[in-house]
Amino acid sequence: MSYLTLSFALIFVIIPLVLSKTLHLGLEKDTLVAAIRSIVQLLIVGYLLQYVFDAENILYILLMVLLIIGAATQNARKKGAAIKGITWKLVITFITIEVLTQGILLGLSITPATPQYIIPISGMIVGNSMVLSILFLNRFTSEVETHENETELILSLGGTPKQAIHRQLTDSIKASIIPTIESQKTIGLVQLPGMMSGQIIAGADPVQAVQFQLLILFLVMTSAIITSIMLGYLSYPTLFNQRMQMLVGKNNKV
Amino acid sequence: MTDNAAIQFKNVNYSAGGTHILKDITGVFVKGKITTLVGPSGAGKTTLFKLCNGLIPPDSGEIYLHDKHIDSYDPVKLRLGVGLALQDATMIRGSVRNNLALPMELQGKQLAEEHANELMEVVDLDKQLLDQDAKEISGGQRQRLSIARTLVNNPEILLLDEITSSLDRVSKKDVENLIMKINRDYGTTIIWITHSIHQARTIGDYTWVMMDGSLMESGESGLLDNPENNAVNQFVKGEVE
Repeated sequence: MSYLTLSFALIFVIIPLVLSKTLHLGLEKDTLVAAIRSIVQLLIVGYLLQYVFDAENILYILLMVLLIIGAATQNARKKGAAIKGITWKLVITFITIEVLTQGILLGLSITPATPQYIIPISGMIVGNSMVLSILFLNRFTSEVETHENETELILSLGGTPKQAIHRQLTDSIKASIIPTIESQKTIGLVQLPGMMSGQIIAGADPVQAVQFQLLILFLVMTSAIITSIMLGYLSYPTLFNQRMQMLVGKNNKV
Repeated sequence: MTDNAAIQFKNVNYSAGGTHILKDITGVFVKGKITTLVGPSGAGKTTLFKLCNGLIPPDSGEIYLHDKHIDSYDPVKLRLGVGLALQDATMIRGSVRNNLALPMELQGKQLAEEHANELMEVVDLDKQLLDQDAKEISGGQRQRLSIARTLVNNPEILLLDEITSSLDRVSKKDVENLIMKINRDYGTTIIWITHSIHQARTIGDYTWVMMDGSLMESGESGLLDNPENNAVNQFVKGEVE
């Protein structure tokens, strides 16, 4: 696709701008900012990837993966501000997911050890983990708050923090994973996944594209469940002190 | 240290959310006796209970349980020995049986059917209710179930927070008799928060009057007949809510 052809795609930016202006939706500025940011960010990433692919240097691959993990952490940490040390918990979770998935992919030679495979797959997996983290943290914080009396009841009857928070933890893990499972159930029926569509548009064999998409789907499934469970079990102890007292909530200090 | 003290407070303070909830509390809950705790809403009575059960730590001051500092107890053992039944009678998801069995399950044990039936009988709840959803039972039944659940651990000290507030007069009397029986038969120390001055006077061997986070007066329950403190006097007469 040439830049001239791509410029025609700006029609799809002009349409919402015109509609917003006509209907006084007030979305012109946000639409424009979003469009400009997409162009700039993706072009930078495009050129950066081209450089990394050409260089074929392991250090650059590592830097790119770290950049992905850093950006994902930065984005997700705001949702878990109430949890002490959430930044490091997210970093550890994302690194574990990355090492586990790439370890299996590369170790079993499922994908070649080239930047063209490692970087995009890392982006998809860590990106998915980031969304899962946000979903989990949102739900977990709200569950802890809503069921504070239950937590307190279990503690008061001689339960441990793990017993006291178990229901909130499992409910939050389930709630964050359900969208992934549900979307995978209807995949291919309602919409074609983005990566697969991209490959087909770029001229790849559809069956080959499906095979890669299946690989990603399975990776996403694994990363989803590991993200929620890891983050949950890393997070809940910080809600209590050594004396098994809750540190957050309406009745407490924080 | 007071020899006959089940729980002793020494200059205990507690604040949360910028509010000074408990102010320099010093006093004793006498071992094996019933102490009633009265005071207007927001006096800090429930917070005091949570301190006794180790659910929250004081900002300053010392709490002793029997003759040992509260922090020297393992938190689980402390809470097994100091039973707490709060006014809201929170239930966990599941049946009445699930709620009754909760204290045992937390210790990795099971509640025998016989024991469950016995506890239901003690608090005058129909055994048929055992398999009913705990969310569906009435407020009064929830309070009874909450008492039964607290009794499962056989605590040496029983903290009861307005446990008869949702009960009718007859049921209230039954629960009062039950608590007095537990105190008499097992020597269980009872500390009972109540809004009823009459209940405080008739049930309690001793009484604490708390107002605005401070312990205003304490002593034998007869003090309610003729309080020394003017504010307490007004409260007892019903002039302060």
